[in-house]
Amino acid sequence: MQEHDMSWVRTEMVLAQAAPRSQVGVAAWLQKNLFASAVDTAMTLVALLAIAWALPHILNWLFFDAVWTGTDRTACLTTEQGGQLPAGWSGACWPFVGSRFGQFMFGRYPYDERWRVMLAGALFLVLLVPLLIPRVPYKRLNAILFFGVFPFVCFWLLVGGFLGLRYVETPLWGGLMVTLVLSYVGIVVSLPLGILLALGRRSHMPIVKLLSVIFIEAVRGVPLVTVLFMASFMLPLFVPPGMTFDKLLRALIGVALFASAYMAEVVRGGLQAIPKGQYEGADSLGLGYWQKMGFIVMPQALTLVIPGIVNTFIGMFKDTTLVLIISMFDLLGVVKQNISGDPTWATPQTAKTGYVFAAAIFWIFCFGMSRYSQFMERRLATSHKR
Amino acid sequence: MKHIVIGVLGAAAFGMMATAASADTLGDVKARGFIKCGVNTGLAGFSAPNAQGEWTGLDVDFCRAVAAAVFGDGTKVKFTGLSAKDRFTALQSGEVDILSRNTTWTINRDTAQGLNFAGVTYYDGQGFMINKKSLPDVNSALQLSGASICVQAGTTTELNMADYFRANKMEYNPVVFEKFEEANAAYDAGRCDAYTTDQSGLYAVRLQMKSPDDHVVLPEIISKEPLGPSVRQGDDKWFDIVKWTYYALLNTEEAGITKANVDEMLKSDNPEIKRLLGVEAETKIGTDLGVGNDWVVNIVRATGNYGEIFERNVGAETPLKISRGVNALWTKGGLQYGMPIR
Repeated sequence: MQEHDMSWVRTEMVLAQAAPRSQVGVAAWLQKNLFASAVDTAMTLVALLAIAWALPHILNWLFFDAVWTGTDRTACLTTEQGGQLPAGWSGACWPFVGSRFGQFMFGRYPYDERWRVMLAGALFLVLLVPLLIPRVPYKRLNAILFFGVFPFVCFWLLVGGFLGLRYVETPLWGGLMVTLVLSYVGIVVSLPLGILLALGRRSHMPIVKLLSVIFIEAVRGVPLVTVLFMASFMLPLFVPPGMTFDKLLRALIGVALFASAYMAEVVRGGLQAIPKGQYEGADSLGLGYWQKMGFIVMPQALTLVIPGIVNTFIGMFKDTTLVLIISMFDLLGVVKQNISGDPTWATPQTAKTGYVFAAAIFWIFCFGMSRYSQFMERRLATSHKR
Repeated sequence: MKHIVIGVLGAAAFGMMATAASADTLGDVKARGFIKCGVNTGLAGFSAPNAQGEWTGLDVDFCRAVAAAVFGDGTKVKFTGLSAKDRFTALQSGEVDILSRNTTWTINRDTAQGLNFAGVTYYDGQGFMINKKSLPDVNSALQLSGASICVQAGTTTELNMADYFRANKMEYNPVVFEKFEEANAAYDAGRCDAYTTDQSGLYAVRLQMKSPDDHVVLPEIISKEPLGPSVRQGDDKWFDIVKWTYYALLNTEEAGITKANVDEMLKSDNPEIKRLLGVEAETKIGTDLGVGNDWVVNIVRATGNYGEIFERNVGAETPLKISRGVNALWTKGGLQYGMPIR
């Protein structure tokens, strides 16, 4: 055996060393993310200045200068307006929100019956939270309860009129409750209906295809405001006298159908992204149409379009504010009504306070939906992960 | 094809309009057990929900008075908030029985829109508000020549103002805003010398100014805005009830009958008061109208007379602080004149 001189080969491992100071720690992070170049530095400084300029004003208005207690408008008036606060004061008038909080949540739902709304809300949360957390078992039972049983229980609790509960007519409903009812029904109806419409539009059966296309294009072609207005004020002129449909029901149908048409196009986008091979693979396994769609195509297509679906949901959640035009008072409607119609709280700050409150509530819901959809995307992105 | 469909639907709509609302509103109302009243969705002093969520306001109280006349109970009324766009359709389609929503009585609405106005519960008119700190010498709208004036876009307000300034050969500079709130804020920030809208609205706007006491409403009224309740055409019986409820409110004020003293007044010897309250022997005034003979008593018990309704909702004791002005009784120099109940 020939001897080799191995002296140039290292025989022991070099121990791992700490990363250079310039690559770790706060300083490195700042360098890399905020001050990497001259342009970055300038932008960082401008942004910091903007925050430093705006943030104190915002915090002062929202919290430090805000009024927290009071019984009427005099609590939020300056001395020159006939109140106690120093001249030039500006701040949120929170007691206005406090005194009208019940209305903002429930509208004019009878005070003694509001426990029913709260119970329905609690049930909603109890069923929704385990459904959203992937680890929790019994998903099938949970889904059946949430989508199949809960609507009926909810109807009984909110509307009443049988099984021992007093009837509460829907014109008394209002506030966040109406916003959530409209959104829940819209979401629960629009996703399955949207999927069916998307499949219908890609179907090879001419009549199904034609009907789907007509529905989607007709509904997408008119503004939601028009749909609501027609349903609410023109419909009664067409039907025979004495025949009335509940206004909330009309709005629910309008919103749900409207969202379905948009949903159909989102789902169709997902279907088009699935390669032909997936369909052919399913066919070669001998799967029927519904099995093919249910087991192979839809799971992939829906995963792809989660951002689009959630986008539609968030859009619909905010679109529910349009029911104001048919004199139904969702959260924003009730806030507006109390601002414009209430001399006991009319101050220069009332409108701002009310709108900030409504904006905060809407933001919480929309942001929640958005974060959850991102979580689901990461979880389900098993094949397209980048 | 499309045109034919639209034509058929349109014809059907108009055909239905006549029938959609039954001609016997009183019968429907009695069978139903309550009156359906259309009000503004939120207008300070006229109709808005209070902290308990109950509707309050001048327009609201009028409907309660009609309910009291029909049922003897002012609570038997359900309110529907209506926007300016949908109010006439709601009345025509029978969704409401009375429209009591600060609606101006005009010939177009009385004829083409198919309404019948029962009276004028509030004489309003367009006025101007100025900041007396910045314009200390102005005490009449005729001195506003060359002024910049904040106004909401697309309203008759804008047109009335144009007419007024042209008629008086004055220059002006309109600063137009899409939304009511924007116009308020701009005026408060000093972008305009004056602000114009209906006078009742000016008082509500003033409450939202940084220093309300600096602002004065000028005396001139440049347009007529008689606001009143209306009903559908073609049902004279119901029209009569609404109309005479309004006159009953005025006549009780004139006779000095209030919520507090109505029970004493029942014992009065004054023939006019006796006739008004239906305590004359064999009176048929109420039953001829289609309601009980104690209808006026019920109205006053439920809402008080016109003066009480006015003071409670928009008067000097409320934040709005509107004076009676032209809405005073005719005996006190105003325009409110109740036709005799006899």
